[in-house]
Amino acid sequence: MISKEEVEHIAKLARLELTESELKKMQNDLAGILDYVDVLQKADISKVKTTEHSVGLNMENVTREDEPKPATAETIKKIKEQFPDKQDGHLKVKGILN
Amino acid sequence: MSQFLNLTIEKIHKGLTGKKFSAQELTQHYLDTIQEKDKDIGAFLHITEKMALEQADVVDKAIANKEEISKMSAVPYAVKDAIMVKDVPCTAGSKILENYTAVYDATCIDKLKTKGAICLGKTNLDEFAMGSSTEHSAYKTTKNPHDLTRVPGGSSGGSAASVAANECIFSLGSDTGGSIRQPASFCGVVGLKPTYGAVSRYGLIAFASSLDQIGPFASNVEDCEIVFNAIKGIDKNDSTSVELKQENSKFDIKKVKIGIPKEYFAEGIDKEVKEVVEGMIEKAEKNGAKIEEVSLPHSKYALPCYYIVATSEASANLARFDGIKYGLSVKGKDLIDEYFKTKTQGFGDEVKRRIMLGSFCLSSGYYDAYYSRAQKVRALIRQDFEKVFKKVDFLFTPVSPFPAFKLGEKMDDPLRMYLADIYTISVNLAGLPALSMPAGKVGKLPVGLQIIGNHFTESKILQAGKFIETIL
Repeated sequence: MISKEEVEHIAKLARLELTESELKKMQNDLAGILDYVDVLQKADISKVKTTEHSVGLNMENVTREDEPKPATAETIKKIKEQFPDKQDGHLKVKGILN
Repeated sequence: MSQFLNLTIEKIHKGLTGKKFSAQELTQHYLDTIQEKDKDIGAFLHITEKMALEQADVVDKAIANKEEISKMSAVPYAVKDAIMVKDVPCTAGSKILENYTAVYDATCIDKLKTKGAICLGKTNLDEFAMGSSTEHSAYKTTKNPHDLTRVPGGSSGGSAASVAANECIFSLGSDTGGSIRQPASFCGVVGLKPTYGAVSRYGLIAFASSLDQIGPFASNVEDCEIVFNAIKGIDKNDSTSVELKQENSKFDIKKVKIGIPKEYFAEGIDKEVKEVVEGMIEKAEKNGAKIEEVSLPHSKYALPCYYIVATSEASANLARFDGIKYGLSVKGKDLIDEYFKTKTQGFGDEVKRRIMLGSFCLSSGYYDAYYSRAQKVRALIRQDFEKVFKKVDFLFTPVSPFPAFKLGEKMDDPLRMYLADIYTISVNLAGLPALSMPAGKVGKLPVGLQIIGNHFTESKILQAGKFIETIL
């Protein structure tokens, strides 16, 4: 069974705050689901390669030059309109180093 | 009004070019229908009335100018609210994107716009497409048009219900583990989950990138095919997209071999659902199809495998919703506090549960036991299908083990909810195409038949579907 401390650790990794009762319910739900997926431990995977592509038929990597494409002024305006916080036309975020 | 009854894409085209009705009249009819019916059904989150009528005007002018119009001109459709339509809100059913407006068109929408189809609005879904009943939407409950006390299925429940309620001619959804096929089955409409990569995912808000696929809902197989052909194709904006070869082989039921995977008819399936699907298989056999029992021995691993792969990918995909560039942004004492507050307020319970599970499966010390193992089991599941498709052309299976269930019935138990997708999930893990189409009813509730084909055999599957429609 997944421990309460593990659930707290995962929540921290996922940047989620859980109240005491939510933590308990999450622990219960995850324990149930992890118990259910445990059946995978019985699968014989000794002779199989991992899935690298969803279809897997002679797929080739797709690459392109890493060149910036100009966006229209309209697009830029619309993207900026959605900034939660801005200053002088720039996206404003809180300091990382304080 | 009778000229708008039982419309299809073909009939609309004839009606417009034959001047039986205008694009304005047609669009207004569908907007009125939504106005009237959606109070009860709740399929739509946003209605794009102004945009729709403007587009209708463009089509009418083209007709007045004697320009040739495409087959899809003025055909009214609805879009799952996880697919971007420029200048229209796109919430993914989540509070975290409540104030978000799409700044570009998804590739599939761009293609439909070019062909003149008319978007009527955006439809309800489980938050970030995570769910099987559309009840996990942060906005509203969508009801099954066949029984308003029941769910429409999910996660594309709004898209399925809008077609079933004749609020549009077709709709778009996305299918990560059954999210097109299962609601199509519950609502008695046709839904196609294309081969992975057949339709560009550019402009679809990602849930699980190796499983997600956009596809159409329609009231009949032909319309479904027309829409699929309109939206498919390689796209430079989605490096996983591929070009499908056009197949024009003639369909002859007498030359068709249908595999029946025994694992899909074993324990857990409702007796009545099983009878409907088996009845359909018998009819196909009477018409000359060869029926063969086959085995997909790793089927029992599909659902657990899916829940590890899908949640792992989701936990990575949803990390981007952090309140910095768009969407909900909750102030905190420092940057990391803002991340915590935004995500905690913005995401609903099911999304949090899946992010937690995915983060766990990818976390240090557990990666090998969970994610890495699941990706290998996934290869076993795909091999099952590879072997079977050496012997048969299609697999006929149920879509879901039960018909539409009651609203609220499975909300407290995530594992019971997940079982609604037990017959659809393997198809996503193997990247295969599959059609869900009405096969009969249990009482007043529709039951779907799933036709699974090998990779890139959509045209064959659709031909088989059209044949099945004739013997229903």
